Amino acid sequence: MSDAPLLAIRDLTVSYPAGAGAGAGAVRVVDGVSLDLAPGEFLGIVGESGSGKTQLLLSLLGLNAPGAELTGSARYRGAELIGAPERALARVRGARIGIIFQDPMTALNPYLTIGAQLTEAVRHHHRIGRREARRRALELLDAVHVPEPRERFAQHPHELSGGMRQRIVIAMTLLCEPDIVLADEPTTALDVTVQAQILALLRDLRERTRAALILVTHDLGVIAEIADRVAVMYAGRIVEQASAERLFAHASHPYTEGLRRSIVDVDGSLPVRLEGIPGNPPDPAALPPGCAFAPRCPYAFERCRIERPPLEEAAPGHTRACFHPGPLGERAP
Amino acid sequence: MSGAAAGRLPEGESPWRRAWLRLRRRPAALAALAVLGAVALLCVLVPLASPFDYATPDWDALYRAPGWPHLLGTDDLGRDLLVRVMWGCRVSLLIGITASLVSVVIGVTWGAAAGYAGGVVDSLMMRFVDILYTVPFIPLVIVLTVLFGRSFLLVFVAIGAVSWLDIARIVRGQTLSLKSREFIAAARALGVPAPTMIVRHLVPNLLGLVLIYATLTIPAVILFEAFLSFLGLGVHAPLASLGTLVSDGASELQSHPYLLVIPSIFLTLIVCCFSYLGDGLRDALDPREQR
Amino acid sequence: MWRFLAQRLLTAVPTLIIIATLAFALLHATPGGPFDSAKRIPPEIERSIEAQYHLDEPLWRQYLRYMGNLARGDLGPSYQYRDTSVNELIRAGLPVDATVGTCALLLALLLGSLFGIVAALRRDTSWDYVPMLFASLGIALPAFVVGPLLILVFAVTLHWLPSGDWRAGSVRYLILPVVALALPYTAYIARMVRGAALEVLASPFIRTARAKGLPLGTVILRHALRPILSPVVSFIGPAFAGVLTGSIIIESVFGLPGIGRYFLTGAINRDYTLVVGITVLYGALIIVCNLLADLCYAWLDPRVRLRS
Repeated sequence: MSDAPLLAIRDLTVSYPAGAGAGAGAVRVVDGVSLDLAPGEFLGIVGESGSGKTQLLLSLLGLNAPGAELTGSARYRGAELIGAPERALARVRGARIGIIFQDPMTALNPYLTIGAQLTEAVRHHHRIGRREARRRALELLDAVHVPEPRERFAQHPHELSGGMRQRIVIAMTLLCEPDIVLADEPTTALDVTVQAQILALLRDLRERTRAALILVTHDLGVIAEIADRVAVMYAGRIVEQASAERLFAHASHPYTEGLRRSIVDVDGSLPVRLEGIPGNPPDPAALPPGCAFAPRCPYAFERCRIERPPLEEAAPGHTRACFHPGPLGERAP
Repeated sequence: MSGAAAGRLPEGESPWRRAWLRLRRRPAALAALAVLGAVALLCVLVPLASPFDYATPDWDALYRAPGWPHLLGTDDLGRDLLVRVMWGCRVSLLIGITASLVSVVIGVTWGAAAGYAGGVVDSLMMRFVDILYTVPFIPLVIVLTVLFGRSFLLVFVAIGAVSWLDIARIVRGQTLSLKSREFIAAARALGVPAPTMIVRHLVPNLLGLVLIYATLTIPAVILFEAFLSFLGLGVHAPLASLGTLVSDGASELQSHPYLLVIPSIFLTLIVCCFSYLGDGLRDALDPREQR
Repeated sequence: MWRFLAQRLLTAVPTLIIIATLAFALLHATPGGPFDSAKRIPPEIERSIEAQYHLDEPLWRQYLRYMGNLARGDLGPSYQYRDTSVNELIRAGLPVDATVGTCALLLALLLGSLFGIVAALRRDTSWDYVPMLFASLGIALPAFVVGPLLILVFAVTLHWLPSGDWRAGSVRYLILPVVALALPYTAYIARMVRGAALEVLASPFIRTARAKGLPLGTVILRHALRPILSPVVSFIGPAFAGVLTGSIIIESVFGLPGIGRYFLTGAINRDYTLVVGITVLYGALIIVCNLLADLCYAWLDPRVRLRS
């Protein structure tokens, strides 16, 4: 891996105006996130729904809902993405950074054929003809195990199953040969058996392309299967970040630990007790003053409720935001 | 913030109160309601208070421009325009409301009966509605008004009788979905006869919906009456509706534009206000819009 | 597709029979006839006229005769315009209405879609508020107010366009009636398109299209336009019916020789065959338009299967 990160996110914040009431402050759905992504690296971002994962991905492409306010920086190969003009973003979207959305049932345009939707981006970005685009698309459909790609070309999305549509979406994203693929819960909306197939497909990415991947999910099990490095998000902030092995061996944030305990391993090789985390994720409009996780945290003590823990290095290559001193498992004083 | 306020209401709050709270947050609908109230009040009071009357010509005061004592001027027969416009509002509102009531009664009865009966009866009744949708109604109403004479009553009965189709369809759909709910099944199990069921259980549940569509039917009817008036098929002279005033004014547009402009403003105002109010009511009351 | 067409056309037949029967019954149920006039016609002449038009026969025979002719596409002779058949009157008047109506609908579709989409794209700006305010006015203002106003401004004051009358093929005579007729439909379509566009532009598949890096124009034209226009297409059937009746007003404001005028005078003079004939024609046109709208809808949205 080269030294310069492919993508450098610094102190990125996404906020939306709160409600209709005048004078109400903004709601921060992503709060001061910093992340690096090396070329070809597979980064997993894990967190419950509402933790700001999706908004983080959307902000990299400037696709947040109208009214979103972005601050901070995200540089792709040195070029600033946050606040970039629409024209500049359009050159990055799809061509350099592709995105796979969560629900393949709604991500495809029901009015257009699969073929038209597959090829339009590559024809636009790579300036190639219809015939060449079709050839490449058919090749790629074959590679993502879509049966009878030729027939699929003339079909409409509603004629295909969810798993098939997600394969189409993945092929659509890969066709432009982006440097970075953002995947937003790509398996959540699918059947369990199909989930495993799609995951296998994403894992194959590494061999097929040199693209880096940011995979966002609420399922630590999914991350375990493919990520090099993992960032854990809670209430818009990153609370722990480490290499995948280290995180699974030495989770040092109580939230990560909770997530890890609630995994049901697909192979059943780990003896798993489904434990979950008590309580619900906080309302981003009404965050507690200290650590956002404190109300649900079994280890929380006085300081956690008053002061917000900063993200600090716990070990080389391992950062976390928690005041708990020692290895987890013992209650704080 | 608004969503949270609605969520904080105590359990068991009456749906009407909830609807009113939701309506209260729509300034356009509230303003429309206020304007309509003001117009209604004015059109009742002004003719009572004014020294002029809508019918008596005043040969010394033909085509007076707006001023004193005729605030809005006078028409070709020297009649006070303010009083005539207020009478026009009375007539138009009356026609609009009555015709809407007629169409609501027919539509609700037909739709609730079809939805309640279900099966073959339902499909036959709705097939009939489908056929009526293809009938060119406005020509038929023209024929009706020509044939039966320009009776004040007939105009709005005729309009009401042809504008119930939408309401019938919506009410049928709602009835079908209400029918599957427990309280109807319970009433049926107790042996409540069908007409009683429709009146006592279904109709109250449909009231919100009916209110919305009645509100939206009123402006359509007022415009339609104006259309008939323009064709010379509206109310009898010397009585005037906003439609007759506007169409009379249109013929003197070049010489006396205020005769067109003033009634047009009132017509537009009333029609727009009813539309805004109807839209607001739909947002506040329509069960299909609630998530 | 062909089965769908055949079925729809077959169900149209009973509908038309019902319309014709309804109109026939209404006209004959009321007192008075086409040849009651102020002048006293000698009884023997009246009888011969009635015999000529079969008005002396029992009603059921008249009805059967009329329906028989109708089945052959013959709408019968006009009572009011002697020596002229209803078919001839329609042939003379319909092209005028068809030209004005089609132009008005096309104009309304074009402008309404444009304003609606722009308002949705620039939501909550003056690009949104101003057209929507005009849309509310356009719906509330009757054509007989707008028509004379247009005449006052563009014909009387500015002398740009003729105030009325009709020359076949001359665009100058077409502009004002088309604009007056199109206005309420433009307003209605603009409001409808705005609502649809707000919904479509917020949908996930539009986000996908934008995430591909396509230019905004392509996103709108290729991805958003068809779903936005779908509800408009289903509105065209009823809109066309409205345009037909609206043209009665437009004809009288601008003095156009269309069928609305014949219909109105026919109704007033109890010209049975003319009124029933035009009513049936209106019904047939509405049926055809609804059918075309359904076909368009199915063509626009691949998920729609044509089923009767």
